[in-house]
Amino acid sequence: MRLLPFAVSPTHASLMLRDTTCPESRLVALRFPRLMGMNTRSLASPLPARHPVTEYRLAGDLAIWFFILAELLAFGVFFAAYAFTRANHIELFNAEQHALHRGAGAINTALLLTASYFVVRAVQAAERSAAAISARWLLGAIACGGGFVVVKLIEYSAAFEEGVSLSSSPFHMFYLSLTFFHFMHVILGMVILAALWQGARKGRYHPGDMNGIETGAAYWHMVDLVWLILFPLVYVIH
Amino acid sequence: MHGTPRRTTLLWAALLVATLLTWWVGEDGATGPAIVALLAVISIVKGSIIILDFMALRHAPLMWRLITLGWISLVWVLIGLAYWKGLSQ
Repeated sequence: MRLLPFAVSPTHASLMLRDTTCPESRLVALRFPRLMGMNTRSLASPLPARHPVTEYRLAGDLAIWFFILAELLAFGVFFAAYAFTRANHIELFNAEQHALHRGAGAINTALLLTASYFVVRAVQAAERSAAAISARWLLGAIACGGGFVVVKLIEYSAAFEEGVSLSSSPFHMFYLSLTFFHFMHVILGMVILAALWQGARKGRYHPGDMNGIETGAAYWHMVDLVWLILFPLVYVIH
Repeated sequence: MHGTPRRTTLLWAALLVATLLTWWVGEDGATGPAIVALLAVISIVKGSIIILDFMALRHAPLMWRLITLGWISLVWVLIGLAYWKGLSQ
């Protein structure tokens, strides 16, 4: 059996070999960091279409996924702290939560979900080398993020007018710090989306190199994911 | 890897409908363990769509799905425990 080096990706220490003696050109993939996964996109592109290889891989850079796990941990602790503090101040939390504008929270949920949807469409467009279309979807996602920021600022200014502050009550402390912590993530997410938009306009993302757009997209989806717990927890459950 | 635009659009529509449901429960003012369980299930289903389809972890090594899906489930278990603790006071 003669084995030819088929594609080598030095950054990911992977090696793919083609068994040339086999009539079906059977492909053998050797992957070293198997558990954590890695980017095998550079290996997948030169494959003949009739031999689809089912590879497990993470979309985006491994580093962003460690960062996302750290973020999820921080938000998780924050959510648990809210829930258990509430258990000792039920009436206070229920009364002050009732004064929140649930409509604004729901609109913001829809804006984040729509931004996430646009980001997926941008990634799909980049996957078929449609750079201009990809850039347009990203611009739409940035606009939705901007909408979230505007709604949130209106909500904050109304709350401040009513005397809500970090020290006015345990509920207000959690409401402001939790939503503001998330708000800053939305701002960073928009900066990342703007960078992706620039990259897409320059045609930087294509089937041969999806790493940049997938990495930025993963961060944005994390910002969305966290809000999907924050909204029912802080605005609805009582 | 990232699914088809058609599938993605359907998932997005489902996410918006689920959001409307959560908002409606809030406006209705319904409460109790069953309502909290319903809100938890809605949130976990929505989160799973984000995790598996939008983040494309469906195609990632199993460990990444276990960590992320485990995270959202654990957070809701803790919220549920805290809610139950609040009821008994």
